[in-house]
Amino acid sequence: MGDLQIKKQPKKYDAVIVGSGAGGGMAAYVLANAGLKVCLLEAGPMFDPKTDSNQLKNPWESPRRGASTKFRPFGDFDGCYWGWTIDDEPYTQTGAPGTTSWEWWRARMLGGRTNHWGRISLRFGPKDFKRKSIDGLGDDWPIGYEDVKPYYDKIDKMLGVFGTNEGLENDPDGFFLPPPKPRLHELFIKKAGNSIGIPVIPSRLSILTKQVNSERGQCFYCAQCGRSCKVYGDFSASSCLVIPALKTGNIDLVTNAMAREVLTDRDGLATGVSYVNKVDMQEYQVFGRTVILGASACESARLLLNSKSPRHPNGLANNSNVVGKYLHDSTGADMGGIIPELLDRKRYNEDGVGGMHVYTPWWLDNKKLDFPRGYHIEYGGGFDMPLYGFSWGIEDLNGNYQIMGKQKEAGGYGASLKKDYRTLFGAHVGMAGRGETVANINNYCEIDPTVVDRYGIPVLRFNTSHSEYEIKQAKHMKETFSEILHAMGAITTWGNDDNEKNNWGLHAPGNIIHEAGTVRMGNDPKHSPLNKYSQAHDCKNLFCVDGGPFVSQADKNITWTILALSMRTSEYIVEEMKKHNI
Amino acid sequence: MDRRKSIKTLIIGGISTSVIAEACKSGENKPVPASEQTKDLTGTGINRMPEEKAYESKLLSEKAFFTPEEIASITILGDIIIPRDEVSGSASDAKVPEFIEFIVKDMPEHQTPLRGGLRWLDMQCLNRYEKSFKDCTPQQQMEMVDRIAWPKKAKPDMAQGVAFFSLVRNLVATGFYTTEMGGKDVGYIGNAPNQWNGVPADVLKKHNMAYTEKELKECVSFS
Repeated sequence: MGDLQIKKQPKKYDAVIVGSGAGGGMAAYVLANAGLKVCLLEAGPMFDPKTDSNQLKNPWESPRRGASTKFRPFGDFDGCYWGWTIDDEPYTQTGAPGTTSWEWWRARMLGGRTNHWGRISLRFGPKDFKRKSIDGLGDDWPIGYEDVKPYYDKIDKMLGVFGTNEGLENDPDGFFLPPPKPRLHELFIKKAGNSIGIPVIPSRLSILTKQVNSERGQCFYCAQCGRSCKVYGDFSASSCLVIPALKTGNIDLVTNAMAREVLTDRDGLATGVSYVNKVDMQEYQVFGRTVILGASACESARLLLNSKSPRHPNGLANNSNVVGKYLHDSTGADMGGIIPELLDRKRYNEDGVGGMHVYTPWWLDNKKLDFPRGYHIEYGGGFDMPLYGFSWGIEDLNGNYQIMGKQKEAGGYGASLKKDYRTLFGAHVGMAGRGETVANINNYCEIDPTVVDRYGIPVLRFNTSHSEYEIKQAKHMKETFSEILHAMGAITTWGNDDNEKNNWGLHAPGNIIHEAGTVRMGNDPKHSPLNKYSQAHDCKNLFCVDGGPFVSQADKNITWTILALSMRTSEYIVEEMKKHNI
Repeated sequence: MDRRKSIKTLIIGGISTSVIAEACKSGENKPVPASEQTKDLTGTGINRMPEEKAYESKLLSEKAFFTPEEIASITILGDIIIPRDEVSGSASDAKVPEFIEFIVKDMPEHQTPLRGGLRWLDMQCLNRYEKSFKDCTPQQQMEMVDRIAWPKKAKPDMAQGVAFFSLVRNLVATGFYTTEMGGKDVGYIGNAPNQWNGVPADVLKKHNMAYTEKELKECVSFS
């Protein structure tokens, strides 16, 4: 470390973008295609699904048979580098009474977590931008559905999403590719749902059931979108945004670049970003006319809070003092069982796309319920590839229920046990509720005053808890799941032993991996760091394009809206640069 | 050429060739993917980041966790749980003991329950039959296994053995059904390019299900 020095890049870019996931990747794509010169910083290594995906590997090709490791919490074949922990990059919790530890997922790779996400691509509806006007809780967005709709339309066409136009008020129609037909257990779910008034409609996933351009292939139904797709048949920021945008020649991509802080000048404007190169461990500075943060909601908040200067003593863009606050995730609770009618079912390939073919959008009116916001239901089941954990716990299954009309003794061994595994294969069904949390100023991340990571960068400390709203919603989810399972004649085998003591099985905050709200937009600079274009009120050439700007995150997975808002902000940046406003 | 192979060639071959050609045109300064930066010492062909390769190489260079006596007992137990039958081979045919040797290094939380459980089993056998489990007669081994293989009817003083046997059952089954032999046994058909055209007609009929006109009209179909 004797010769440690800061290396300043002489080239001045139009934009320095931090992060190459949905938000940063889209910004890089729009700006580079508009002819602007971009420096794209990514904290992880290069990743191209075409060469790096583990798609079509067999379970036995992994010595741990696809089990998870700390490097890949979703399994050995998964398409995401890192997850709940990263070696030598800690985060902490306040541990205040009544709080529940935030579980923070961090991806480190080109394209970020979009390489493995569920591809569930739901538009926010008109009500989702105006929740305070409806129930008096939280805040309205400074924009409405009509502001974002043109961008949803564009990304539907550009990136591809299958689904159906159902004419639902708050689950808007779009430009959909045809959905795949439901699998057998999904037909059971649909029939059960219909019988008790719960809608079950084709899912909306960004997977190409038809080709959309010559650079991307069509889905070939291997069910492995989570591993990332070698033919680019689903949306990842790596395959669909950054890698195509590199061909413009307008992007200098710097991988293994861990951003340290946003640099500012005496006027308080952003001038660039300082970062540590994780390979040579040297310090670098890169400069641009604008700085765009897409590092993830929490990492972007961390960068801003760590970017203190005489003009920004409270951290950059933080005169409002709300950077890091209003942190929220989707709610989550799950349940599952087996469908007796599907025991010993006929075998065939039902892999399908990488995810559910049907789902349930929120269908009730919260005015008639004891909690304020809704949830959607995701479904699973069928003939999944056997991986580590296959039929684990059969001793709790094969003796607890009558199988094929016979009550067997639990546990066992031998030829009879082998028959049980065959009988049960493909008969399970599972469901997961994903709902809206009410964003709350008391849920936040902040800089831990005493802890740094291996690069000497101060780390985040979390302070989060669930409110009664989320807990009552989880209880409702569980009641609904029981009804659906009952209506389809299923035997519930897991997720049905929750009660008020464990918040009805409500997952810890952060666990659903939809972090949002930490750098929210709003018209009032006193209560929001960003304006309605995700431009910092206190620093006009600084933008945030990840989940940070979200005022609330609906009962919808947030990626499609991150993409739409990032495109909107990026087009705004291009226009403002043309006008020399920034 | 069978149908599946032809689809595979069509999709993987056809499309990725053009994608590769495009990528090759895109410039000389293309960053090197992480998977190519460090030599893969593990020989699995699975994409790994450098940190994973270092971790796995360390695991593979460690000496065996189980003693030959312990592996012998695991092999006997494995073949009792998954014996050869008319459909498929046994746990040891599928090299399940080798999988368990690896997995306890990867998941150290299994080490003590397995080592301690094997010792518990040997002490039970020593007291009853004056031999360790692996040296008992097959009949004695089955008598002992029957004391711990049935959680609901096992005697209370066998509870530790029941917990041990359940863990072994789960590890053996996971190790077996995740092999090619085990996957075929259980009838998993997939992991190959194909065209999903819905539930086969005879299956729909059997379960009294049918696609609606709306579904048939709006869903993707292949003829």
